[in-house]
Amino acid sequence: MAWGAASLLLFIIGFVVLESWPALSHIGLWRLFLDAGWFPTEQSYQLTPMVTGTMFAAIGSIFLAAPLGILSAVFCHFYAPPILGLWFRRMVEILAGIPSVVFGFWGLVVLVPPIAAWHPPGPSLLAGILILTLMILPTIMLIAHSSISQVPTSYIQSATALGLSRSAVIWRIILPVSRRGLLTGTFLGLARALGETMAILMVCGNVVQHPSHLFDPIRTLTANIALEMAYAVDHHRSALFLSGLILMMLVMAVVILAEAFHQKTPYAAAK
Amino acid sequence: MAPLLLEIGKRFEADHPGTRIDVQTGGSSRGIADTNKGLADIGMASRALTPRENNLHGSVVAQDGIGIIIHKSNPIRELGIDQIQDIYTGRITNWQEVGGPTAPITVVNKAQGRSTLELFLQFFQLSTRDIHAHVVIGDNEQGIKTVAGNPHAIGYVSIGTAQFNAVQGLPIRLLPLQNIPASLETVRTGIFPLSRPLTLVTKSPPTGLTKTFIQFAQSSHVHDLILSQYFVPLQD
Repeated sequence: MAWGAASLLLFIIGFVVLESWPALSHIGLWRLFLDAGWFPTEQSYQLTPMVTGTMFAAIGSIFLAAPLGILSAVFCHFYAPPILGLWFRRMVEILAGIPSVVFGFWGLVVLVPPIAAWHPPGPSLLAGILILTLMILPTIMLIAHSSISQVPTSYIQSATALGLSRSAVIWRIILPVSRRGLLTGTFLGLARALGETMAILMVCGNVVQHPSHLFDPIRTLTANIALEMAYAVDHHRSALFLSGLILMMLVMAVVILAEAFHQKTPYAAAK
Repeated sequence: MAPLLLEIGKRFEADHPGTRIDVQTGGSSRGIADTNKGLADIGMASRALTPRENNLHGSVVAQDGIGIIIHKSNPIRELGIDQIQDIYTGRITNWQEVGGPTAPITVVNKAQGRSTLELFLQFFQLSTRDIHAHVVIGDNEQGIKTVAGNPHAIGYVSIGTAQFNAVQGLPIRLLPLQNIPASLETVRTGIFPLSRPLTLVTKSPPTGLTKTFIQFAQSSHVHDLILSQYFVPLQD
């Protein structure tokens, strides 16, 4: 099974490299960053606005989703009555299962119009960050919850025996001890935010530009591929595969980072 | 165009047992490229063939018009060609400049490669580099939802889809172009200026089963299907 999955991954990477080869050899990597703009039908292939768009949307959503997710995990585990905590967790699990196109549609008809009324045009980096936050919140919260519930009970008992208050136990013991788990969740959330396509495509406006503020529309690498792939031929198509390759390497780097944090669990020795 | 051909294909299969019509989507550029490469027997192009494509053979099955849409609450009733050009190139950025309310215009444009965009650019003599858009959309539905959700937006979509959604109660309005109302009727009679033929493309003049299918798609047997997709059938 593991070998099957691994070879499938290699096959996909091989395929994407093969498809992006014409772009790499004819357009070259540097033109993706130095051309006049992204006008693929006129042989101009600058991708940087989409790289920054992807980064801004993903990192912005992490800044919202990581504290929210970790705090709701703490709330669920330590403050909420057991029944409420359980229901809250179930609801977040359901949130994790909502298809991204549903998030996108919801965003387009519910989230974008008020933003448009507040500060036109509406579809914007802000809308993208908010949608992504909702989408990655479950990942971060559930992983945070499972890692704080793995903190050995003896730690909490000793701390309580020393007369520490509940908030001191949480802030000084639980969160520092489980920080690697929290970071892993955050990185996995980041990886999902980088790769998210459909919802982003519907709420971000998809204009190829470097955003100067939160209300500017942006286009992410994934949205670019989804918008144009079906209609692209020749070098345009290959350039889209190349942008997919860049994105894939970015996501792999994030996942490897997440794994690196996960492997060294400090309290493993205490069990 | 693909949903229409999917339905026509189903009906053709029912009438001609043993045949299979496999419909794949991907836009006019792909339809023409795949026909050229021999990957497809028949290509779909929602535009007329260009002089560069005169090695191919096109058969028109229906007409479609592209209409400019704005939000229903917008008091504007008509825009001139030059005003639309100025709005799309960013020279006019507020509705006030064309006699509307004091509000910034949200320009909705189509993604590259779509024939709607190509036809729009060609008609208004613009190039993709000139356009200053605030929102770039994929399909017609997304465009209609975007304009319906923003009282100060302007976009352009297939007239059939727009008329259908307006009848369904979505707050959008189709603007006339050069004094001609944007409606299925003006597209049918050929007087609406911004319209396009839905074309089936073959590598050579169609023969055999290909010919039978194209004639079927042009016949009155499928007019109800064409109308149900909000396109306009050929005149009898």
